[in-house]
Amino acid sequence: MIQDIIFAKYNYIIYITLMTIGFYGMIGKRNLIKKLIGMSIFQYSIFLFYISAADVSGGTAPILLKEPAVYVNPLPHVLILTAIVVAVSTLAVGLSLAIRIHREFGTLDEDKIIELS
Amino acid sequence: MKPEPETNDIILRTGASIMVPLILLWGLYVLIHGALGPGGGFQAGVILAAGFILYTAAFGLGETKKILTMKRVLLLASTGLLIYAGVGVLAIIFGGSFLEYGVLPLGHSPAESSKYGIEMVEVGIGLTVMAIMVSIFYDIAFNGE
Amino acid sequence: MIEHFPVLIIAVGLLGAFFTPIIGLIRKELCSPWASLITLLQFLISIFLLYQVLAAGNISYWLGGWQPPWGIEYAIDILNAFVLVLVAGVCFSVSIYAKKSLGFEVPGKELPLYTLYILLSTGMLGIVVTGDIFNLYVFLEIGSLAAYALIAVGDRQSLMASFNYMIMGTISASFILLGIGYLYVMTGTLNMADLSERLPELYGRPVILVALALLVVGLSIKTALFPLHTWLPDAYTHAPSAVSAMLAGTFTKVGIYALIRVMFTVISPEYVIETVPVMNILSWVAAAGIVAGSVLAIAQYDIKRMLAYSSVSQIGYIILGVSMANKLAMTGGILHILSHSLMKGGAFLAVGVLQNSFGSRDLIALRGAGRKVPLVGVSFGVFVLGLAGVPLTAGFLSKLLIVTGSVQGGVYGVFLAVALIANSVLSLAYYVPAMNRIVFAEGAHPARRVPWTMQGPIVALAVATVLFGVFPELPLQVVGAASDALAGFLGGG
Repeated sequence: MIQDIIFAKYNYIIYITLMTIGFYGMIGKRNLIKKLIGMSIFQYSIFLFYISAADVSGGTAPILLKEPAVYVNPLPHVLILTAIVVAVSTLAVGLSLAIRIHREFGTLDEDKIIELS
Repeated sequence: MKPEPETNDIILRTGASIMVPLILLWGLYVLIHGALGPGGGFQAGVILAAGFILYTAAFGLGETKKILTMKRVLLLASTGLLIYAGVGVLAIIFGGSFLEYGVLPLGHSPAESSKYGIEMVEVGIGLTVMAIMVSIFYDIAFNGE
Repeated sequence: MIEHFPVLIIAVGLLGAFFTPIIGLIRKELCSPWASLITLLQFLISIFLLYQVLAAGNISYWLGGWQPPWGIEYAIDILNAFVLVLVAGVCFSVSIYAKKSLGFEVPGKELPLYTLYILLSTGMLGIVVTGDIFNLYVFLEIGSLAAYALIAVGDRQSLMASFNYMIMGTISASFILLGIGYLYVMTGTLNMADLSERLPELYGRPVILVALALLVVGLSIKTALFPLHTWLPDAYTHAPSAVSAMLAGTFTKVGIYALIRVMFTVISPEYVIETVPVMNILSWVAAAGIVAGSVLAIAQYDIKRMLAYSSVSQIGYIILGVSMANKLAMTGGILHILSHSLMKGGAFLAVGVLQNSFGSRDLIALRGAGRKVPLVGVSFGVFVLGLAGVPLTAGFLSKLLIVTGSVQGGVYGVFLAVALIANSVLSLAYYVPAMNRIVFAEGAHPARRVPWTMQGPIVALAVATVLFGVFPELPLQVVGAASDALAGFLGGG
């Protein structure tokens, strides 16, 4: 019974573990770059969930073949493409902000920045 | 400020002069074959930008700025999105909905026009993504000079 | 052409946003009129859409010619059209104001700023127009990214404020994405109307509960509902004044609109009221937010920070109205969206004028400043009176409706209504001294001349506030029809 849950749905356990790690990184770490890395891990774990949920057992890549076949569900792949673009843009904005903060305050440590401002 | 990261490393320069054309060619391949294999507009844009970034890393910023000045980068970005929204509005002018490729007079049948419409849109997306990635690289690595 | 207006409102924005670099490379001064032109076009299209929905019923537009539920659909009903007109109107007014204001505060960076401005406007309009739940996430992120970048060009502390906002905004967007993913995995569709048909047989399952929880929490962070509001004071205080006004007037309201859509259209009202008492919880949280916002606002000397905490309080009002589950309170809540946008947007614009002309945001230093710029001072007085809920301004009727509606909601509803009225009295403690110092006191100040483009939108918004207060039938028709459509079967009247 328990093995059923763990071995059949291992993708959920993996994505939740990654999400927790990313969340801890965003909140528990003081360095801004580590926060950004945590944010990236957090977002990518959710993409893993979508794509793993799209898998059809025994399915092949969703490109039309001549003979009828079982395909993997292609819609989440397209959704995650969009979401990856969004994640990359957010990371770019975050990195630019971190660079400007470093130029203004001279440090990347969140506590010291709050003291200085 | 920081000196330009021009390198005298012979391995990097030789490697880059061989690989950059191939990377750019592969980027175009990924762009066009997006329908049949992994690929498409966004991925191709990132690969093309990676080619230019490798060129900058090997030969210095001055060389790349001769080809891709900031003005040209902005123009490329605008052109890419213009193609995308232009195809959409063109579809409206020809009587269909926004981005309904079937009504464009590009092929012999609605399915063929759909194929060409999608490829044009992918080209637009690839141009925009490449320009934006290169401009992000300029800003982050060189303080926007 | 006419039937393509739902998508043209977005396409015009996208084309405009990417033409802005080309225009800016030709002549920098043309960027601001171009932004005003694009937002004016969006405003006109939105007025036309409202007129069409009132005359002919709901509009549904299929993107790419693909039939829903396979394709993306843009569905506009009265609530949509009403919020569209509001958002487009505020964006247009602030864009006229932003010409000189951004020139004073952030000189030399017009090209990227106006591109981001148009993209922010387009993103928010896209959230309102779309009928597909993943499209909502995409437009939400477009708007949020533009907002992060626009906030960061303010003063020195705005960088950290924008960074914190970015972290919290990403958490909220990821929760929303996860909620959408759970709904998709269970039903197989992303269209809002189709989801509302397929979800009822699945209501017993815990997955729907988790999806609802994720969506509500994610959207509450965007809306700055009480415990999740911590990004708002810093972001509104340190952003440039035009950006503060636009965010205060529109961004949180669009979040509230998305919350209403998810709770009432996608997941039907019986579920959120009877089965899982989400509305109950939201009303208590909103009441806590109302009081907390007011208490925190009393202690502030920086006007913008005081207005930001007052925003937290007012958003609590709106959520309380929406979550009381009867028609009267919901009408009040949606009407308060309109009045709060006008009043808070106008108040931030007026504070921007004061900051630019007198060089300070401190209430003590700005003593008597309103007398030197009389139109702006009087408008600020009108906005503050409206926020406090004085009769004859737009804020009065909506607060009255919310209080009356919550009284009808049972015993604990009466308790909430008492909290509301107590808060109205409490809020006078910070509104009246602000108004007193700025409008009525005496003081000598060097004043820089205020350009007409900055005074115009402020006066227009003040006139609109008074107009909607004296003649409330105009928006009440539209809002009443909207809340009828949403929750018509609920009791109360």
